[in-house]
Amino acid sequence: MSSQAIFYKTPKDLPREEWFASGHRLCAGCGAGIAARLVFKAIRGPTVVVNPTGCVEVSTSCYPYTAWKIPYVHVAFENAAAVASGIVEAMKILNKKRGKKLHDVIVFAGDGGTFDIGFQALSGALERGHNMLYICYDNEAYMNTGIQRSGATPIGAATTTSPAGKVIPGKQERKKDLIAIAVAHRIPYAATASISHPLDLVNKVRKALEIEGPKVLHVLAPCVPGWRYPPAETVRIARLAVETRYFPVYEVEYGRVRINIKVKEPKPLEEFLKMQGRFSHLLRPENAHVLEALKKAVEENWERLVKLEESGVTL
Amino acid sequence: MSAKKIVEPIVKGQFTYRDLPIGAMIPIPATSLEYKTGVWRTRQPKIDYGRCIKCLLCWVFCPDAAIKRLDDDSVKVDYEYCKGCGVCETVCPVKAISMEEV
Ligand SMILES: Cc1ncc(C[n+]2csc(CCOP(=O)(O)OP(=O)(O)O)c2C)c(N)n1
Ligand code: SF4
Ligand code: SF4
Ligand code: SF4
Ligand SMILES: [Mg+2]
Repeated sequence: MSSQAIFYKTPKDLPREEWFASGHRLCAGCGAGIAARLVFKAIRGPTVVVNPTGCVEVSTSCYPYTAWKIPYVHVAFENAAAVASGIVEAMKILNKKRGKKLHDVIVFAGDGGTFDIGFQALSGALERGHNMLYICYDNEAYMNTGIQRSGATPIGAATTTSPAGKVIPGKQERKKDLIAIAVAHRIPYAATASISHPLDLVNKVRKALEIEGPKVLHVLAPCVPGWRYPPAETVRIARLAVETRYFPVYEVEYGRVRINIKVKEPKPLEEFLKMQGRFSHLLRPENAHVLEALKKAVEENWERLVKLEESGVTL
Repeated sequence: MSAKKIVEPIVKGQFTYRDLPIGAMIPIPATSLEYKTGVWRTRQPKIDYGRCIKCLLCWVFCPDAAIKRLDDDSVKVDYEYCKGCGVCETVCPVKAISMEEV
């Protein structure tokens, strides 16, 4: 994190206000719940949240219950970024007419709604350049409908549509590189964050809000039934994802890559994998080649980021 | 308008779809506070205040905002909403939280 971007130095600096309130129906220990609470602690004034369908939507907006304390719109799976674009532009005109200050618009979408189904709308919004913060909480599958593989599911992970069995050993394809795709639109800011590093996360949210134009934040948010682990382990698993280099925490500001959490001596990837049922088959000898493929994908990604950072090249 | 006033007639069926506002808008914030998720719990956290160093990490990480941060930065479990996940226990750096059978 660059020095000018530290808004919250310690947990004490976070506001007490819960814009994302208790009484929602996310599973006990849900990583997306931690992400939502933290993200909306970092808002800086009037904010509208746009949320496509997925776990966060169904569990926070069951009529007549809402867990939101800020204006919230539930939209279709496909069009969160398009709806947000409309809100941004309408608000500009309304605020001008009424002489009010600008509002922030934040999309809060799952990985299915971002990497796959809302992808076209997202690309359009980034290309048009609307002033919004698009946040993807990534639990690496379509969890709300019962754990189907998405473009964010990593190689080897078992889901109901990429099961590990006699025919295939989990998902065969690698994870899409969301940040690279976002950066290809030449947006001013794109970053990753993990719920295990809350201060990095909230500072990035706040930093992104201060930047004019479209911003993308990709947040790792473990899922208890989808990743198959005991609910108490959510934060520990997210931390291992960072410490094994499985999920690099970095930002790309005006095309320049900066790795925010330098993992000098990574823990063995197995430490992260062995805590989760979705990967249990990878630790069996017959699937050693899948484990190798996943390790290779993780290593390649890290090395690529290090090279980009060291060369100082502008993407 | 209180959250109860919106939630009660709907939950009790005194309201039909005809009475809903356009777009099924919910005109007041956080009506979920009327939905007490504490009943989900099978284990519950207990804080040992002798050990607690007020680091606030349990407050930061609770997915349900069920750890309250008081004015003096001490913390307290809100059993009305705590789902008993145990995240607070695993993130506490000084083992001041233990999960107990309900
Ligand atoms: C066009 C469309 N296809 C399918 C669905 C069914 N559906 C609702 S939520 C969901 C999964 C959402 O996955 P993701 O965006 O990753 O969010 P998560 O549930 O994992 O939080 C699906 C497939 C839908 N609502 N709309
Ligand atoms: S299925 Fe996963 S993402 Fe959905 S509420 Fe449960 S823990 Fe959260
Ligand atoms: S057990 Fe889970 S829900 Fe209950 S206070 Fe701890 S973190 Fe929050
Ligand atoms: S995490 Fe532990 S030490 Fe820190 S405030 Fe909570 S109970 Fe106290
Ligand atoms: Mg998902």
